Amino acid sequence: MTATDIHRTIDAVWRIESARLIAGLARMVRDVGLAEELAQDALVVALERWPESGIPDNPGAWLMTAAKHRAIDQLRRKKLIERKHETLAHEPEFEATDERRELEAMLDDDIGDDLLRLIFTACHPVLSAEARAALTLRLLGGLTTDEIARAFLVPEPTIAQRIVRAKRTLAEKQIPFEVPRGEERNERLASVLEVIYLIFNEGYAATSGDDWMRPELCNEAMRLGRILAGLAPQEPEVLGLLALMEIQASRLRARTTPDGEPILLPDQDRSRWDPLLIRRGLAALQRIEKLGGANGPYALQAAIAAGHARARTVEQTDWTRIATLYAALARVMPSPVVELNRAVAVAMASGPEAGLALVDALADEPLLHNYHLLPSVRGDLLSRLQRHDEARSEFERAAALARNVREKNFLERRAAASASAAHSA
Amino acid sequence: MRFMMLMLPGGYGDAAPDARPSAEAVEKMMQFNRSLQEAGVLLALDGLHPPASGARVTTVNGKVKVIDGPFAEAHEVIGGYWMIDVSSRDEAIAWASRCPLAPNETIEVRQVFEMADFPLDVQKAAEGFQDMQLSQAS
Repeated sequence: MTATDIHRTIDAVWRIESARLIAGLARMVRDVGLAEELAQDALVVALERWPESGIPDNPGAWLMTAAKHRAIDQLRRKKLIERKHETLAHEPEFEATDERRELEAMLDDDIGDDLLRLIFTACHPVLSAEARAALTLRLLGGLTTDEIARAFLVPEPTIAQRIVRAKRTLAEKQIPFEVPRGEERNERLASVLEVIYLIFNEGYAATSGDDWMRPELCNEAMRLGRILAGLAPQEPEVLGLLALMEIQASRLRARTTPDGEPILLPDQDRSRWDPLLIRRGLAALQRIEKLGGANGPYALQAAIAAGHARARTVEQTDWTRIATLYAALARVMPSPVVELNRAVAVAMASGPEAGLALVDALADEPLLHNYHLLPSVRGDLLSRLQRHDEARSEFERAAALARNVREKNFLERRAAASASAAHSA
Repeated sequence: MRFMMLMLPGGYGDAAPDARPSAEAVEKMMQFNRSLQEAGVLLALDGLHPPASGARVTTVNGKVKVIDGPFAEAHEVIGGYWMIDVSSRDEAIAWASRCPLAPNETIEVRQVFEMADFPLDVQKAAEGFQDMQLSQAS
């Protein structure tokens, strides 16, 4: 193996092992920041030694042992300092071997639980959503700061600082390294799911940059979702989020033209959708139903996405079912955006007039005040009702509000088409 | 990117049609499977019946010929596969390296084609391919 090969192998090992390594260490030292440093130290040792010695048979165990030794040294040093401070010398003989054995035993049980603890800690609501996302990609995804910065299109120092601050906040607020129980567990789980979906959406509908999508972020989010689903297979909302992401991601390669122009759902070539991801999403939805979780917000969104995935053509879409699912979603997660989507489904199922009534009810909704899709949807329904003059002004308003250049162009074209239809009428 | 890890168990070519892995062997492999699942990389996995109960269909001089298993001339036969989604070939190899292999077992790591791997004319010829895979989904 050449040195480059070894480094590439070490990268791959790191990608596989880092989360478990950090999780195990965090339980030992009760500080995720310190745990990550220890894991990084072990990586540095590996980078020094492995090119000489070759890759060990069990690289994960090797890294864990290297990191443990450093952790134990650190803990012992800390204890000695504490003892000096407290001037308590109850145990004159410091039984190092016993302590080491005890700590190692502690490290070896149930890594799975540690990973779950790590996810809950990295996604703690005490951190901003951005910080949670960066820290999660770093600690759970094993990404370098540079990789995270490139994925979010922000300068590397910004991400580095974000991660440092997040770790410091967790330490200062003394956030316990544990899986929350009872009612708190549900709230905190919602925070975890929110972070994973945020990462996914940043890739799926990039808010900035030249590319409309950044699939590698979608892949990271799905990987995180799968980790979580493996650790908490009885949580229907975890499965719901994973199903939602997989079904949405099944459309990734159908969502852009070769030049990167967005292609909207009705215009996509459905033969380009990824069948393996769809199949996995549909299977997850069946499990969710068995678990009695079909009414969770993510499960419902996944079911809506599945409604599209099942239809071979736009015409075959069961819009009545999709409208019903949106109504259920609006009950568990009331939001004007959900309501707007419901209006679109209702218009497809029962005609533009029925949809328009729902859209008009949203006219004074402050949250949608600057949301370009409200006039855009309204314009579309009006034009289907042959009210071209009104449609034109809606499309113009939508174009003025749209921030994405490609969307803006599209809306301007629709405004022009409505104007000429109004003239010839 | 997706990789198929193909398990090639030595001697499986001669295994009896009703040969089944032991509970102990399955348990060991399940630990590996779980580690794949816990790492979020596992997409699909399956094990295959021995070739002794399979058949090979080929043509000789344009005529279809069916050969029942076992297949004397086959050196390596597939015993099962994992489909994983990882970020590099190295990562796929690192995963295969973690599999608890018996002395006569080999894993072959192969990347799964994506449409984008083909030139446009091939993509055109393959139109509807994904649709066919999807028909099994619903």
